[in-house]
Amino acid sequence: MSTTERQSAPVVPLWTPAVIPDGAPSKIDPPEGEDLITVNFGPNHPSTHGVLRLIVTLDGEVVVGLDADIGYVHTGFEKNFEQKTYWKGIPYSPRMDYLAFFANELAYVGAVEELIEIEVPERAQWIRTLFAELNRIHSHLIFLGTSGVELGAISLFFYCLRERDTVLDLFEMVTGVRMHDRYPQFGGVAEDLPKGFYAEAKKFVNEMPQRIDEYLDLVAGNAVWEDRYRGIGVIDADTAIAMGLSGPNLRASGVPYDLRRAQPYLAYDKLDFDVITSDRGDAYDRLMCRTREMYESVRIIDQCLEGMPSGPVLADDRKHVLPPRHELHTSMESLIHHFKLVTEGFRVKPAQIYYPVESPRGEFGCFLVSDGGTKPWRTHFRAPSFVSLQSTAMMAVNRYVADLIVVVASLDGVMGEADR
Amino acid sequence: MNAEELAAAVEGAVPGAVQAHEDGLDMPTLTIAREHLVDVCRLLRDAHGKNFLSAVSAVDFLGYGDEVAGYFGTESGRDINRTGSWGTPETVAPPAKRFAVVYHLAHVGDGPPERVRLQVRVDDGESVPSVVPVWPTADWHEREQFDLMGIVFDGHPNLRRLIMPADWDGHPLRKDYPIGGEPVQFTDAV
Repeated sequence: MSTTERQSAPVVPLWTPAVIPDGAPSKIDPPEGEDLITVNFGPNHPSTHGVLRLIVTLDGEVVVGLDADIGYVHTGFEKNFEQKTYWKGIPYSPRMDYLAFFANELAYVGAVEELIEIEVPERAQWIRTLFAELNRIHSHLIFLGTSGVELGAISLFFYCLRERDTVLDLFEMVTGVRMHDRYPQFGGVAEDLPKGFYAEAKKFVNEMPQRIDEYLDLVAGNAVWEDRYRGIGVIDADTAIAMGLSGPNLRASGVPYDLRRAQPYLAYDKLDFDVITSDRGDAYDRLMCRTREMYESVRIIDQCLEGMPSGPVLADDRKHVLPPRHELHTSMESLIHHFKLVTEGFRVKPAQIYYPVESPRGEFGCFLVSDGGTKPWRTHFRAPSFVSLQSTAMMAVNRYVADLIVVVASLDGVMGEADR
Repeated sequence: MNAEELAAAVEGAVPGAVQAHEDGLDMPTLTIAREHLVDVCRLLRDAHGKNFLSAVSAVDFLGYGDEVAGYFGTESGRDINRTGSWGTPETVAPPAKRFAVVYHLAHVGDGPPERVRLQVRVDDGESVPSVVPVWPTADWHEREQFDLMGIVFDGHPNLRRLIMPADWDGHPLRKDYPIGGEPVQFTDAV
């Protein structure tokens, strides 16, 4: 049996920065040629964190063309919001990005709060900050764990899920559920922190830095991670900004842009934390940025626990805030307010608002248009996964198909949020 | 920079571009004539540092202000939820310049983002120039709005449906698109 000489497509060297292709930036057309095969990468593939379908043209083992197809978990969130009163929209929002559920709630609740101009008590802001950071740790742990699974390293995944469980226990202790908590309300949070939360959270804060050290021991010096992640999917700062990357994906390229610092919301302007950046913009830096961000989140949680002001957790505004449950049995006014809020809802002045928050994945924004009625006229969510997945093609082309998995993983897309 | 100053600066460089301006609750908002959109975007990116396009959204103003959230029926059918609590069964006359395409711009770098909102008002069937040459990230944003709202972006290099299936009928986020039920597929094959 004779072997034929075959010229394969050239593989670009490591550290070659991605270049925005001509034409559609998210799609790279394969060259003319024989011996090319087109493969469906997905929609079900373990490394896609959901159902992302990539139509990949391969020359041997090298990706020469790529087009992404999303929408497999489109559930019409934005249309649904239009049918619900503002109150009933809150439980919808965390179901988009199911790993960064709290950030989604904050964006929606924050946008409505800006529209109704409600004063949120100081303590509620601090509690929200605390949980936003717990949620960031939760999301980054899943990212870190699954990034190991994609390389065939299962053990890190178990360690990460162990700590994730602790985070979810804290959520459960306060909100009653582990995810999708509907904890932020217009005007504050649903309930105050329960007794015993401080001790549990403090225990987590004391333990977590050592756990992150352990992960870094596993990842940072590990030859497999170094070889597979170094120099892959490199994107420089200007290209990253042009492609709309945000969050850790952008900071890994050296842009110190973090909405918690650039446009402070909640209690972030009173807290001391560093914005983690790297300068090489490859998959490894994106991984490390997220991992090291967990240290900062732990710092923020610690400051929240120590510096939490006392006071109410819900605004005293009966036209927008549900009255306390116990009053319904004794107070006619409370019952009327409760009934009106739950059935008809409150009216919001006609206006437009864009409220961005720094979700674990980047800038998550809620654009809300009101027509003066009791339901949003239009909600649109700026989903960071949706934006960052556009860069897959330019990062993966002319590299091995194995690197494609690393590229997709390092962008940390959550399809529930990309498709909405 | 407030909306008035920004409008004056834009108007100075691209005469006839700004149709209206307001300060807005959160950021200055300029309404731009659609034929000047790309010029204005280039100007804001190069001279005003708005290097980051956060999002492209589209809003359907059919029935805006009538306080019927949800969906207005159409004469053409596809109207499974014709009556009920979801909306009115009547049709409403589309307002002039029914759609708004909204661009949220920001400055990414050191310091605050200094956001600006641009909006372009169009009628059904009117197209909007694509801003992909200015901000490549607009690619999927524009495809999403084309898909879900039916806004055509002129000069987009790959304007296809993104989220709904390629053979989908209609644009789900329009106000006259039914929110319940969908036509039974494959009936002609029985």
